[in-house]
Amino acid sequence: MMVNIMINRLKVTFSAAAFSLLAGTALAQTPNADSALVEKGAYVARLGDCVACHTALHGQAYAGGLEIKSPIGTIYSTNITPDPTYGIGRYTFEEFDEAVRHGIRKDGSTLYPAMPYPAFSRMTKEDMQALYAYFMHGVKPAAQPNKQPDISWPMSMRWPLGIWRMMFSPSPKDYTPAPGTDADIARGDYLVTGPGHCGACHTPRGFAMQEKALDASGGPDFLAGGAPIDNWVAPSLRNDPVVGLGRWSEDDIYTFLKSGRIDHSAVFGGMGDVVAWSTQYFTDDDLHAIAKYLKSLPPVPPSQGNYTYDPSTANMLASGNTASVPGADTYVKECAICHRNDGGGVARMFPPLAGNPVVVTENPTSLVNVIAHGGVLPPSNWAPSAVAMPGYSKSLSAQQIADVVNFIRTSWGNKAPGTVTAADVTKLRDTGAPVSSSGWNSMSSGWSVFLPQPYGAGWTFAPQTHTGQDAAQ
Amino acid sequence: MSADARRLRPVDVVIVGGGWAGSIMAKEMTEAGRSVVMLERGADRSTAADGAYPASLDELEANFRYRLFQDLSKNTVTIRNNSQQTALPYRRMSAFLPGEGVGGAGLHWSGVHFRMPPDDLRLRSRVIEKYGRRFIPEGMNLQDYGVTYEELEPFFDKAEKVFGTSGEAYMVDGKVVGNGNVFSPSRSDTFPLPALKDVYTAHLFRKAAAEVGFHPYSLPAANASRQYVNPYGVQMGPCNFCGYCSGYACYMYSKASPNVNILPVLRRHPLFELRPRCHVLRVEKDADGRRATGVTYIDAQGQVFTQPAELVILTAFQFHNVRLMLLSGIGRPYDPVHNEGVVGRNFVYQNVTTSTVWLDPKVETNQYIGAGGGGVAFDDFNSENFDHGPLGFVGGSPVWVNQAGVRAIAAANAGGPPGTPRWGSAWKAGMIDTYRHSLRIDAHGANMAYRDVYLDLDPTWKDAYGQPLLRMTFDWKDNDIRMNRYVVDRIGDVAKAMGARRTHLVRREFGVPFDTRQYQTTHLGGGAVMGEDPQTSALNRYLQSWDVHNVFVIGANAFPQGTGYNPTGMVAALAYWAAHHIRTTYLAQPGPLAG
Repeated sequence: MMVNIMINRLKVTFSAAAFSLLAGTALAQTPNADSALVEKGAYVARLGDCVACHTALHGQAYAGGLEIKSPIGTIYSTNITPDPTYGIGRYTFEEFDEAVRHGIRKDGSTLYPAMPYPAFSRMTKEDMQALYAYFMHGVKPAAQPNKQPDISWPMSMRWPLGIWRMMFSPSPKDYTPAPGTDADIARGDYLVTGPGHCGACHTPRGFAMQEKALDASGGPDFLAGGAPIDNWVAPSLRNDPVVGLGRWSEDDIYTFLKSGRIDHSAVFGGMGDVVAWSTQYFTDDDLHAIAKYLKSLPPVPPSQGNYTYDPSTANMLASGNTASVPGADTYVKECAICHRNDGGGVARMFPPLAGNPVVVTENPTSLVNVIAHGGVLPPSNWAPSAVAMPGYSKSLSAQQIADVVNFIRTSWGNKAPGTVTAADVTKLRDTGAPVSSSGWNSMSSGWSVFLPQPYGAGWTFAPQTHTGQDAAQ
Repeated sequence: MSADARRLRPVDVVIVGGGWAGSIMAKEMTEAGRSVVMLERGADRSTAADGAYPASLDELEANFRYRLFQDLSKNTVTIRNNSQQTALPYRRMSAFLPGEGVGGAGLHWSGVHFRMPPDDLRLRSRVIEKYGRRFIPEGMNLQDYGVTYEELEPFFDKAEKVFGTSGEAYMVDGKVVGNGNVFSPSRSDTFPLPALKDVYTAHLFRKAAAEVGFHPYSLPAANASRQYVNPYGVQMGPCNFCGYCSGYACYMYSKASPNVNILPVLRRHPLFELRPRCHVLRVEKDADGRRATGVTYIDAQGQVFTQPAELVILTAFQFHNVRLMLLSGIGRPYDPVHNEGVVGRNFVYQNVTTSTVWLDPKVETNQYIGAGGGGVAFDDFNSENFDHGPLGFVGGSPVWVNQAGVRAIAAANAGGPPGTPRWGSAWKAGMIDTYRHSLRIDAHGANMAYRDVYLDLDPTWKDAYGQPLLRMTFDWKDNDIRMNRYVVDRIGDVAKAMGARRTHLVRREFGVPFDTRQYQTTHLGGGAVMGEDPQTSALNRYLQSWDVHNVFVIGANAFPQGTGYNPTGMVAALAYWAAHHIRTTYLAQPGPLAG
C-alpha cells in the first residue's frame, strides 16, 4: 500500500524526468526519422535491456566494451551505436535482424550466444523494425572500436558457433500465443521469453551452454534458477515457496520490477542492473503482464518444503547467549542493526533474511558475495533512494563470513545447507576483483567455487555488474 | 566578469552551497522548471560511501579529525572579543564546527528540528508591548523578522514532512491533540512520525521536571522513529539509538540530511547539476551593480570559471553567506561606530551551558545510547513564555536532556566531576562514575544582537585564494549572562527533584569573555538579517537582497537575533518560504518583492 502511494506520488514528480531518461540517448535523432517509430524502438531497447550489456562500466551508452566472462574466456560486448566505422551504422534492416534474431553478424560469422539471440528469435518483426529505427536514428554514434575476445585457440574459432546456433537457436519466428491464451499472459510470455530474455540468467544451462528450456514447454527447468553470474545467483522464478516466487503476489512482482523493492525483498547484484536500466521503464501494463505470466507458470515440486518462521532464533539473539552458535555473535554485532534480530529487516530498504529466497538458494554465492563485497539497492525513478550494504571482506575473517552465512541460511526457519567453509570464502575473495575504494560496492568477477552447476562453476555468460558502479543510463 | 575566468554556458539558477538550504532551493527551482547548477566547495558525499558501516563509526576520524567539517587550512574566520583587539585566525576546530562537502552542516548535524516560536519572530514588538521600549538594554539591536509564524506555518510543516521529523504535537488547528509542548503554537498537522522513545535519562528528567511544575515534552527530532517515505519518495530507516549522529553520515538513513532526503531525487533530475569541489569567489554584477550576472568560482584543479545565471542563491552557511556578500559588494557593509549599514550587522551566537547531575551509583544512565535529536525539554523559560519584567533581561532558554550518545573518546575527555585529576586511578574512577551514573542537562539559550558585535572583512588575514577572511567581533553581554544564570538555577531545581547525588551547575560568569577553545555550538546566526527596514536588514522578508534583486540569501544569517532553539528547522522553513515567493511571484516578474 505504502509503496503504491509512494509510486503514485512519484509519478507526478518524475514524469518529466522519466521521459527524458527514457529518451536519454535520443540526442542524435535525425529530423526525418519517424519519431514515433524511434520512440517505440527506444522502448523495445528497454525491454531487451540492450544498454546494460552494450555499455562498458562508466562507458558511453551502447558503445560496447563490457566484459563478459564465459568458461572459454572473456568476450566484450560490441559497439551498437550507429557509428559507420565502429558501430552498426552500415547495417541494413535485414543485417540487423540477422544479428539480433539469428545470431549472424554482417560478416557472416556467428555471434557468441552471450547475445541472447535464441530468446530474441521470437521477437516480432514490428518490434525489430522499431528497434532498428531507434538504433539508426535515436542513438548517439560513438567512434569506439570493439575489443577482441580474450579466447585462445582452439576455442577462439568461430565456426563451431554456427553449429551451436543450428542446434540450439530456434529459427526466428514472430511470437504467437497458443490459441485461447489470456492476452495479458501472452504479452507476459512474449516479454519474458522474448525481448526480456529472463532465461539467459534464470534458466540453467546445459552441456553446450544452451539454456535448458526457452519457454514453459521446456518443463521445470525453465526459469528454475541459473549459475552465479558475476558472483550473483539468479534465483528460481517458479512457484517454489522457499527458493522461488511461490510466496510472491503479482503485485509484489510488479512493484519489484518497477522500484526494485517490496516489503520482503530488495534488488541487488546483477538484477539491480535489470531494474535500474530496464524494467523500471516498462509500462504498468507490461509489468502486470509479466507478473501474471510468471504466476501462471505450471507448478514445480517444492525443493525444500514450505517455509515456516521460527521465532527461536530471535529469542536466542535477544537473550545474548550467542557464544555457542557459530555466526550468531557476528550477526548481532554486524548485521542485526539493519536486518534485525528477527531477520525481518526493514521493509523496502534492508531486505529480510528470514524466508528470503535469495538467501536459501542452493548456491550460496550471492550471500557470500554481498557480505564480502557489499551491494546496493539501486535508485529508480519510482524509488529514488539508493540503499547500500557495506562489504565486510576487510573487517571480518573468512571464517566469520562463512559462519554468518551458514547462520543466516539455517536460522528463522531457513533450511538451506549451512556448508560454506572459510576456504570457500577466501577463494571467492581472492579470485574476485578488489573491493572498490568506496568500500561498499561489488566489482567481483571471479568464478564461484560453489557447487554443482552440473557442468562446473561459472557455466554461463557473466557480464559485469553496473549497479553500484554507474548511475543507470 | 573576471577577464581570466572561463565563461560557462548560462543557467537559470546558480546555488552556492550544497547543504539543506541549497538542496531545498534546488529542488524547488527544478520543480519550477528552471535549470540549476549547485556549486559545493567540498567533496561529494553519500550515505553509501561516507556512512558505510562499521568504518563510518570511527570516533577519532569523525569527531577529532573532523572528517565532515571545513578545511580550515584553506579558509577560516578571524576572531576577537572587541574592536580594540587584533583578531587572529581560528585555526583549530573548537568553539564551532562548520561543515564542508555535499550535505554541509545538514550531514553532520544531530537532528533537533524546531519551529521558531511565534514571539521570537517579532521579539522587538513583543518586548515593547509587554515591558515597554525602555526595557531594551542600551546597545541591543533587537529586531523583528518581518514574517509571522502564521505565514511560515505551511513551510514549517513542509520541512517536517520532508525531514521525516519525529515528535508529539500539542495543538493542531487550535485543538489540543497530544502531550506535546504546551507553549508551542498551533500546527496544521501532527508530526509525520511519532516521538522517539525516551532514553532512561530523558525519562527521569521528564518525571522530575513535571514534579517541579514545569512542562516537559519530547524534543522534535529529524531522526526517524519509524521507517518513512517523504513526499519526494525517498526512504528513511528507523533510528536505532546507536548514538552516532553528530559528526557522522547516518548509516541507517534515519537522520535527515540533504544527502538522504532531497539529493537522491535531485541527482536524477535532468535540470540539476551538482559540481562539487568548486569554491565560489564572488557574485558577479552588471555594470550598474543592480543585478547579479552569475558567480565566479575556482575548481579543484585551480581553474577559474564564471557561471552566468539569471538568479543567484547563496546557501553557503551563515558566515560564508555574509562573507560572500561583503566580497561581492552586495548590500552596504555594517559600520559599528555609527550603527549603520547592514552586511555584518547583528551577528549572534547561542548561549549554551551544560550542567552535569550524578545519580545514585545503582542507577545506570546508559549514556552510550542516544539519538541526536532525541530527548526531553521544557520551555517554561524560553522565548516570551514567562514574565521577564521582574527578571530584567531579554531572551530565554529551553532546558533539556538531549542524550545524543556519549562515545568512548568523548567520555574519556569528559573525565570526572570538577576537581578530579586529569590522569591516574582517581581520573579513571571519576570518569567511570561520570560515564555510568551521570546525565547532562543543557540550558540552550538565546543570544541577543548588539551594536558592537558584528562581522566584517579582516584587514590582515587572507584565505588560500588571496581573499580576506571574515572577522568575527564577539563577546558575551550581561543581559545574556543574567538570563543564563537564572535558567541554570532552574536546572538546579530539577536536579534536586531527580535525587541528585552531586550536581555541577555550569553558569556563564560575568566578565569572562567568549573563549574559542571550548566547544559551544555551531549555531551561529545573523550578519545578513531579514526584516522590513532596509536600514536595519540586508534582506527583505523574502530573503532577497534589498540592493541586488536577483540575489537571495538563505541561512541562519537571516536571524535578526539568536534563539533558544536549534536553527535548522527555521532555515529549512525560510528556504521553502523564499522559494514559494520566487516561484509564485519573482520568476514571472523579476524585481524587488518588497519595499
